[in-house]
Order: sequence, then C-alpha cells, then structure tokens
Amino acid sequence: MRRFKKEMIGMILAGGQGSRLKEITRRIAKPAVPFGGKYRIIDFALSNCANSEIDTVGILTQYEPYILNTHVGIGSPWDLDRQHGGVRVLPPYYNQSGGRWYKGTANAIYENLQFIERYEPEYVLILSGDHIYNMDYAKMLAFHKQKKAEVTIAVKGVTMEEATRFGILSADDNDKIYDFSEKPAQPKSTNASMGIYIFNWQLLKEALIDDENDEKSSNDFGKNIIPKLLNDNADIFAYEFDGYWRDVGTVESLWEANMDLLDRTSDLDLFSDVWRVYSANTISPPQFIAPTANVEESIVNDGCIIEGNVRKSIISTQVKIGKDANITESVVMPNAVIEEDVVLHKTIVMSGAVVKANTVVEGSTGNIIIVTGEE
Amino acid sequence: MKEMMGIINLSASTEKLKNLTEIRTIGSIPIGGRYRVIDFTLSNMVNSGMSNIAICTQGKARSLYDHIGSGKYWDLDRKKDGLYYFHPEASSIDIVQKKGDIEIFNSMLSYIKGSKQEYVFLSRSYMICNADFSEMLDQHKSTDADITILYKRMNNHVRRFIDCDTINIDEHDDIISIGKNLGKKKYYNVSMEMYIMKRELLIDMIEESIHLGDVDFLKQCIFKQIGDLKVKGYAFEGYLACINSIQNYYKTNMDMLLPEVQKELFHSDGLIYTKIKDEPSTFYADDSFTSNSLVSSGCIIEGIVENSILSRGVHVKKGAIVRNSVVMQNAKIDETANINYMILDKNVSIGEKRVFNGDADHPFVIAKNAKV
Repeated sequence: MRRFKKEMIGMILAGGQGSRLKEITRRIAKPAVPFGGKYRIIDFALSNCANSEIDTVGILTQYEPYILNTHVGIGSPWDLDRQHGGVRVLPPYYNQSGGRWYKGTANAIYENLQFIERYEPEYVLILSGDHIYNMDYAKMLAFHKQKKAEVTIAVKGVTMEEATRFGILSADDNDKIYDFSEKPAQPKSTNASMGIYIFNWQLLKEALIDDENDEKSSNDFGKNIIPKLLNDNADIFAYEFDGYWRDVGTVESLWEANMDLLDRTSDLDLFSDVWRVYSANTISPPQFIAPTANVEESIVNDGCIIEGNVRKSIISTQVKIGKDANITESVVMPNAVIEEDVVLHKTIVMSGAVVKANTVVEGSTGNIIIVTGEE
Repeated sequence: MKEMMGIINLSASTEKLKNLTEIRTIGSIPIGGRYRVIDFTLSNMVNSGMSNIAICTQGKARSLYDHIGSGKYWDLDRKKDGLYYFHPEASSIDIVQKKGDIEIFNSMLSYIKGSKQEYVFLSRSYMICNADFSEMLDQHKSTDADITILYKRMNNHVRRFIDCDTINIDEHDDIISIGKNLGKKKYYNVSMEMYIMKRELLIDMIEESIHLGDVDFLKQCIFKQIGDLKVKGYAFEGYLACINSIQNYYKTNMDMLLPEVQKELFHSDGLIYTKIKDEPSTFYADDSFTSNSLVSSGCIIEGIVENSILSRGVHVKKGAIVRNSVVMQNAKIDETANINYMILDKNVSIGEKRVFNGDADHPFVIAKNAKV
C-alpha cells in the first residue's frame, strides 16, 4: 500500500464572506459563526467527515480566517490530528507567478491541486463549511460507486419559493442528472443541490484545469464546473438526502436553524451516541442556574450563570444573564453579558456583547434583530 | 516557575468514603458536575507553572488513568518533563497502615534524582481549593525555610476536617509540632498536606529514613527534625475542603452552589481543567423547573431539579424530582421518581415512581450502575 494514498479526501470551502449575515460576520468567517450553544457552523462538516471515516480534509480559507484557524487548530477535536492525512487549513498563497486571492470555489480547489495529488485519491468530496446537517458521506460514496458515476451531487427537496436560491437540477428515473441551473428565476423542479459533490479525481482535475484556462469563467462549481460537465455528457447522478439540512446563509435562516434544535423530535439529534458532533471545547465549569432563574424550552451550555428568565432560546458558552432579564426566542452567542431587566425577543446577541441593564430589543419573524451591545 | 516539580501521592485511607471508592481512587471521584477530585490539585500545580508532575496511584487506578491519560487536558503531554505515573507494587492497605509514604517515595527515587527542578512540591489528591503555589514558593525562599507546609486556620464548629493533620505554630509561623484534629479544639490550623522543600532535602530524608528504618511517614521524619530544620507554615486564605468522608464529599459539592465559592473555584484566573467530553449543550424542556443547581452539559431536564449538582449526560424525566442531591454522569431518573439528599453514582437508573430519601447529614449513596 502506498504510504500517502487515500481513497477519498474532503475539501471544505470556508472562504466566503457570508455578507447576508450582516454584522455577525463582520470580524469572523461564516463557517466560524457560533451555533447551537457550543458549536461553530463548520463543526458539522468536520464531524461528518470524522464520523464518515474521512481522515484527510483540506479547509479553504480566505475571509477573516483568524478565529476559524484557531478553532480548527490541528484538528484534535475531530481526531484529525494524524500522522498520515489529517486536517490542513489552505489559505491563498504567493508563488513565482505572483500572489492572488481565490477567484471562486473552483479556483480555490485548483490552487490546491498539489495538496490533493499528494494523497493520490480516487475520489474528492467537495463540501461547504456553512451547512447544518448530519450526513454519512460513506453512504454517498457507495451510491457513487454503484451508479458508476463520474460526479455525484447530493440533493434535497425544497419548496418552490426556496428553489430560486439554490442550484436546481432534474434527474431521470435512474437518478442521472440531465438538467442543472444555478439559482433559476423559474425553477424546473424543487430538487436543490446541497453543494456537496463527489468527483472522480481525474475528471475533476481536468475540469479544473479547463476552467482555469477559460477566461470567461467565474470559476465556480455551481455556475461553471457542473454545467460544463453536464454539457460534455459526463455521468452526473443525484444522491437524495432526506435528513435535516439547513443552509444558514442569512440572519433569518441562522436563527431558524438554532430554533430547530429546540424540537427534540427533529432528525438532527445532537444527543445521538452514534453520530456525535465534535467541537473545540472550552475550559468552563458547569452552568449555574440560580435560585432566581427560570429556564424552559431552551439549550444552555457550560460556564453560563443564569439568574434571569430564559424561554425558547439558545444560550452559548459562558454567557451571563442577570436577574429579571427576559430572554425569549433568542440566540445568545458565547461570552455575552446580559444585565438585569433586559428584554430580548427574537434576537441574535453577538459574541462578547454586553447588553446594558433595562435594554429592550424586540424583533419579529422576518425581522430578527442582531444585538451588538451598542444599543 | 520551572524550578519546582510536583508529586501527588494518592495513597490514603478510604474507610469513610467506602461506597464511592470501592471502584476508584479518591482522586477520581466525580465532583462538582464536570470534575474529578484530583483535577483541583493537578490544575493548581499546572497553573502555578509546574510542568514535571508525578502521580503515585493506589489500588483501583483504572478510572484515574482513563481520566488523566497522557495529561493532555492539563498541557502535560510534553516531550520535556510532563506527567509520570508510579504505581506501588505493595497493596494499598500495606502502604496506608504499615509501610507509609517513605516507601512510596523510595520506589520513585531514581525519578526524583533524575529531575532537574531545584524544589519539589508534595501534595495529596483530596484537598479542594484554587491556589497559586508559586506565592508559597516565594515565601519559602524569602524566609530561608527548609520546609514550608501549607495550612489554613479553622474554626471547628464547621467540623469538616476531622482526622486531618494539624500543625501547631508559634507567632513567627515556625512549626512546633504536627498532630491530628479530633474535633475537640475550637481553633486549629489544618494542614493541607502540601509541602515545599529542596529536591535534595527530600532525597536525603528518604535515604536517611530507609537507612535508619525509624520512620514510615515523611511527616514523622519532618517532625523529628523540627529544631534542626527550619519548618515554616504558610497560611492559605481561600476556600478549602477535604474529601475524606461521604459527608464532606456531599457538603463540598453543596458548597459549590454558593456564588462566592463558585467564583473562587471556577471563575478566577486559575482555571480548573478536566477531561473533555463531546456532550451537546444541556436541554431544558417546556414545563421543566431548575433552581439553584450546577448542571453540566449533555443533560436533558424535563422534571424538577433543585439545590443539586448534575454531572454530564444526566436525564431527569418528566415529573421526576431531584432535590439536594449529587447526580453523577449518565444517571437516569425516570418519570415521577423522587430523590432527596441522595448521591447517585455513575449510570445509576432510578425507576418510575421510586422514592429515595437520604438525610442532610447522612446522604445515601446508590452505587455505580445500579438499577433501582
């Protein structure tokens, strides 16, 4: 067996700005945004890799990488600190032909062909670092092999109105894709691409080189690589995923996905013993629920001191909530301090925000308010 | 402070902790929700700058090895120095009742001789505090002491340090004698059984004691030499508890519900480290009620929890009531069960509608893995 050979390696796209998350991504890359009390969004893709026994993962970073890099570290929380393989953070770099930023998702992979080739993979799994889901990629790979596919795209049914936000595809009875359009104004179906692809490595390599040589291309998987391969009659198959999956690209969807965790019947079960979501753990004592507190229908993480009232909310690591504060349907990110008599409804409180006593912020469905502590 | 090494000696009498130590050492008893008893001493040492630490285990140490492992969570998985384990061949009863700790130190003499640090810090595992030992070393040096012993001045009406060593000191903090607290004196100085001395002095004392065969315990050896050696006390002012009985174990857990104790132990500069588990955050259901409790991650609370300490992964089902209790990892309290003043060991499962009542002074222990 060749020393560095891997059957499949994972590449996580984590460089996007996530501008639709507004203030939340001002100083932090979208995949590093705190989620669900103790996690950051990228934990889901990384834990899926770890649980699917993919032990070699590259993470493509670009926008505000510091917190993301710190979080990923050498990959210990995901058992990805390995002698052979493991996790590598891959930022844009400078070489003899000059320095440049990643131009698009496809270009980011193209710039790291050398990294992939070292492992001589049969297959390359392309993932987004900003989705919330638990998925066994090993099952998707088995499907890919069984269909003798060259490319497999994971798909998920969405509603007609959501369909305009995604890459929409049509497949025949044998799951073979015959039509694909990125964010169509008039969707032909409701099968959305989840942005999760398995490629035969040789095919992907050629496609990336062709794409790089095409000056008109915007070097994007959804806009360029997939339509081009489809046009060339490549064997592209749709792998239907029926579990929980959310793209948390907007303030509303980030809030909704957090609220989904309060539904214990959801098929995203964070308490599962067989599919743990791993994260970099902080050193924090147990949470203290004070005699004055009332906590219901909520998730609270380590290190919190809760003296106020919390309902239908997600309270992250080391948050302090003062007496007589009323927090409802809100997401409070790590290290925030909410002083006495504060009222928050349908809000997202940013990491480290200090919300002064008596502050009242009330959002509504469709208008979730970001609380920065400067109110 | 790279000039001091640490030795944690786990050998101790476990007579009054029987139900909790049948399967483990004192050091690995779960406490305060997320922690094990030894986490406090080990973290204090690391926070004081020690990076060469030996742990002398005793008896059933599997859970201790499992908990501490390579010492990774204390940053003790090092190339240079780091964590060392010593497991005495003699049985624990031999050591506690017959041979004494001189024998243990003698068995690790080559390690002590081979270490590079000038000073050695000797400790037991069962004292709970958040302390910076580097201040103690500073005093040790500035007073030119040969040996410094950490103590805390106590008022006995709390009766929490029965059977602990006491030290008697003069007005200059010079130690006159070492004794035992029988609970008869109103004021006394409880020894924290933490000693600082030069490494060379420890080696001399061990070799001399083995040569003469006159003492079995290091403290006897120190006592014998008071007068010849300068033995000083160092007064510790912070929170202190000793886990030497079921009552003290229970009361120490309950102390952790007090905001000032919490602040000192958990939210001050020196953090207490422990083994990391990948539990999700704790879920509080609709119609659940939690008050004055310390709750670890991974719990599901659907019932009522008051004045209690919950470890990771505890499930309190709908209608169940947990009051004034210490509940260890993965315990399950079924629908409408009711427990009060109880200590539930790991994985205990309380059946539907079952009622268990202990007493504030005599909490009742249900052993690990029991289904009742």
